[in-house]
Amino acid sequence: MTRVRTGELVLRYVLLLAVLALTVGPFLWQLSTSLKGPTEDIYSSPPAFLPQHPTLHNYARVSETIPVWDYAFNSLKVATANVVTNCVGAALAGYALARLRYRGRRVATLAFVLAMLVPVEGIVIAQFTTMRELGLNNTLLGVVLPGCIGAMNVLLMRNAFLNLPYEIEEAAYVDGANVWQRFLRIAVPSVKGTLAVVAIFAFMGAWDDFLWPLIVLSDPSKFTLTIGLNYLHGTFANDERLVAAGTVIAVAPLIALFACLQRYFFRGVGEGAVKG
Amino acid sequence: MLMPSTGPRTRTVRVRRQLPTSPWLFAAPGLLVIGAFILYPFMSTLVNAFTDRRTLIPGEFVGLANFRELLHDDMFWTGLRNSALYVLGVVPALVILPLLLALLVQKNIPGITFFRSAFYTPVVASIVVVGLIWVWLLDERGLVNALLETIGVGRVGFLSDQWLLLMSAMAVTVWKGLGYYMIIYLAALANVPRELHEAAAVDGAGAVRRFFTVTVPAVRSTMALVGALSSVAAFKVFSEVYLMAGPSGGPAGEDTTLVILVQRTGTGLTGRVGYASAISVVVFVVTVALMLLVLRADRRSEV
Repeated sequence: MTRVRTGELVLRYVLLLAVLALTVGPFLWQLSTSLKGPTEDIYSSPPAFLPQHPTLHNYARVSETIPVWDYAFNSLKVATANVVTNCVGAALAGYALARLRYRGRRVATLAFVLAMLVPVEGIVIAQFTTMRELGLNNTLLGVVLPGCIGAMNVLLMRNAFLNLPYEIEEAAYVDGANVWQRFLRIAVPSVKGTLAVVAIFAFMGAWDDFLWPLIVLSDPSKFTLTIGLNYLHGTFANDERLVAAGTVIAVAPLIALFACLQRYFFRGVGEGAVKG
Repeated sequence: MLMPSTGPRTRTVRVRRQLPTSPWLFAAPGLLVIGAFILYPFMSTLVNAFTDRRTLIPGEFVGLANFRELLHDDMFWTGLRNSALYVLGVVPALVILPLLLALLVQKNIPGITFFRSAFYTPVVASIVVVGLIWVWLLDERGLVNALLETIGVGRVGFLSDQWLLLMSAMAVTVWKGLGYYMIIYLAALANVPRELHEAAAVDGAGAVRRFFTVTVPAVRSTMALVGALSSVAAFKVFSEVYLMAGPSGGPAGEDTTLVILVQRTGTGLTGRVGYASAISVVVFVVTVALMLLVLRADRRSEV
């Protein structure tokens, strides 16, 4: 019995390590390429997995080639704005849909459900036309606006508020708390977890987005990191070390964020199953 | 039902003072944003599809002319074919592989949290990063070809052959999606009663048999959900192919997808907004049809 279980355990670890090599290996190869110096052969066969003389030279070069730190700052601005607007806007609208009684509430809920179902890829051209009409094409504000209060986040917040016991708010109501006090002091503090999920996905969504910034931004000085990387790849495609350094700069912050806050990344998708 | 005598009165006063304004004040920012930037562009896409609007020219109503043109546009058929192939190639892999992966990481053995997180890393990375990583890995002189050469297979033109390129892009989509759907399956598996497995094991069912008789029926609705989500996403593929095949979808555009076509046709100063909108309408229709198809297949299999 024990031998069978040991065997199974060994098999499990072998499989886990194989999948690990497949999922994380490509990132490590990119990191390794970015650390290889100009004299080192990056095309060798059999491949050299580790750089012989690790150097940060390529990171200095990438910032000489494209304004990579400006792009990173643009991405940070867009992502931060997206977090703030989504948290505030989705909490407010979610509360209105879940708790407040007024005529037209069902229509409002339906509007958010419909908006969630619209495939964004199909409306980017019309969104771009709208931005041009507003004079916001080729601005970072134009990058942020279409997703600044996601319908899905509103519905997530609505469900979180609906799951709160109503009695507490009723008690506060009787005690004379007005709607803003009930919202800020009782409801919002009780849904912090969902709010954190909204914040993280808003950050990740904005930092990683590609199609929309590609369409709305045309001036290379306003590029976000993803568009900048595409530009770098298009212009210096054969300089693999340079592109590798650029991708590492783009992905490192998110991997760090994920490492620190993973439970929120997994939250809502079966906590019991995910806890190790 | 006992209340302080002043309670009901203050209550009615407050209700009267607040209700007319504040609920809409709460919902207004959200409604404004989705109205202006999602629902309005959606409606105008539907309208523009029947006009010859261009980026700088408002255009006029042209009836079904755009759709008639689509029928004779080889590029459109190539895009439709590639997007459809993408669904056929990606969806079965994304329904089955993450389930197997979830079963692998489900049991709480030492270090399993690390593996679960590590498998999720590709989900966190931007599609641009992922695309560029794989462009380098699959390069003529990249790591995969170096390994293939070392073991004596010889080099493969993953990114130069039309079909290999499309399949490579599909593989990248699957690679990036694995961790995401794995988490969805983990949640579903946590709800499968352990007794079912134990009872089946007592009856002498092996691991494979238990997978098909216990696990699959228990997570069937999750499989349908994953199927719906991944097929809709696969049909709208843009970034993977754009990054690996280039902005025009391969040298002669033979790897173009519908969304690449929308982006290329509708943007720029001479962008044909009307025609791009007509292609978008096709994307809408197929997307909705795919969702209904998968969810209906699920309902039928449950009966």
